[in-house]
Amino acid sequence: MTVMQRIITVFAVMAGTMLTRFLPFFIFPEGKTPPKYIAWLGTVLPHAVIGLLVVYCLKDAVFSVYHGLPETAAIGFIFLLHRWKKNTLFSIAGGTIFYMVLVQNLFV
Amino acid sequence: MKRKAFQAALPHTIPIAVGFLFLGMSYGFLMRSKGFSVFYPMFMSFFIFAGSMEFVTVHLLLSAFQPFYAFFLALMVNARHLFYGLSMLDKYKNVGWKKCYLIYGMCDESFTVNCSVIPPPEVDRSWFMFFVTLLNQVYWVSGATLGALLGYVIQFDTKGIEFVMTALFAVMFLNQWEECKDHRSALTGLGCSFFCLLVFGSGRFILPAMVLMILCFTFDRKKEERETKREEIE
Repeated sequence: MTVMQRIITVFAVMAGTMLTRFLPFFIFPEGKTPPKYIAWLGTVLPHAVIGLLVVYCLKDAVFSVYHGLPETAAIGFIFLLHRWKKNTLFSIAGGTIFYMVLVQNLFV
Repeated sequence: MKRKAFQAALPHTIPIAVGFLFLGMSYGFLMRSKGFSVFYPMFMSFFIFAGSMEFVTVHLLLSAFQPFYAFFLALMVNARHLFYGLSMLDKYKNVGWKKCYLIYGMCDESFTVNCSVIPPPEVDRSWFMFFVTLLNQVYWVSGATLGALLGYVIQFDTKGIEFVMTALFAVMFLNQWEECKDHRSALTGLGCSFFCLLVFGSGRFILPAMVLMILCFTFDRKKEERETKREEIE
């Protein structure tokens, strides 16, 4: 990608992000209430999107040589760390280091 | 008035500062390890200001040029903001010129604080929310910039460091799992996405997964409504 193409990509991402933030305020200006169905979707979708993001991260690993084995192992490790300490940053750091050790030494 | 609001806002943002500095630094460091100069993480963290999407954008910048795909992916990944917005329609009312910035800077963490914390009565509400949002953005941009600068100094085998993004989402998933007793929506998200990944392949599964999720939820809601009606009759 050229620098210009990179800038356009970043701009496209920014535009998409900003649309999600501003749209509700444009559709429902001060004084208008959103329909029940939309408000209800707002309570259930955020939970589901996290699941989508986890799968998004693993999308290429599933079809790779090891079929996501190091990723699965590292997520298992994160699960254990998180049950043990319940500290978000500790689990993220521990899981990442564990994964790096795996792919640099075992699954080369 | 501003001073008081700042003093009230600061303590609420300290835990976020720790998290943002750490995550922002790993993001900046990741960008640097993929060969981007410090200006990329600095400007991207400032303009996009949506953590998860910035990590995703690293992938986008390394693959073929597809601006429309990037735009729609940003829409999908950040769709949750739509619902944040819906919940904040009332709170962001009558705050004057600050409204624009409050919406622009509405990341998950700023939303969480502004949505749940009620500032003490002597503090101006709009300035309080403004400082929460501003401080969070300052932490995030500083973290990303610092991380990238660190990437120039420290050199080690960074293979696998991109897993920090997976780890972040996995932990968010676990946190949500424990906070919420009803695991149906979390499982629906995971199940629909995995199913669509297998069916549509890694390049095209996000949109069908979102549609499938909404269909599942709507179907489930209809079923529940029928059941409650039946119970009422009985």
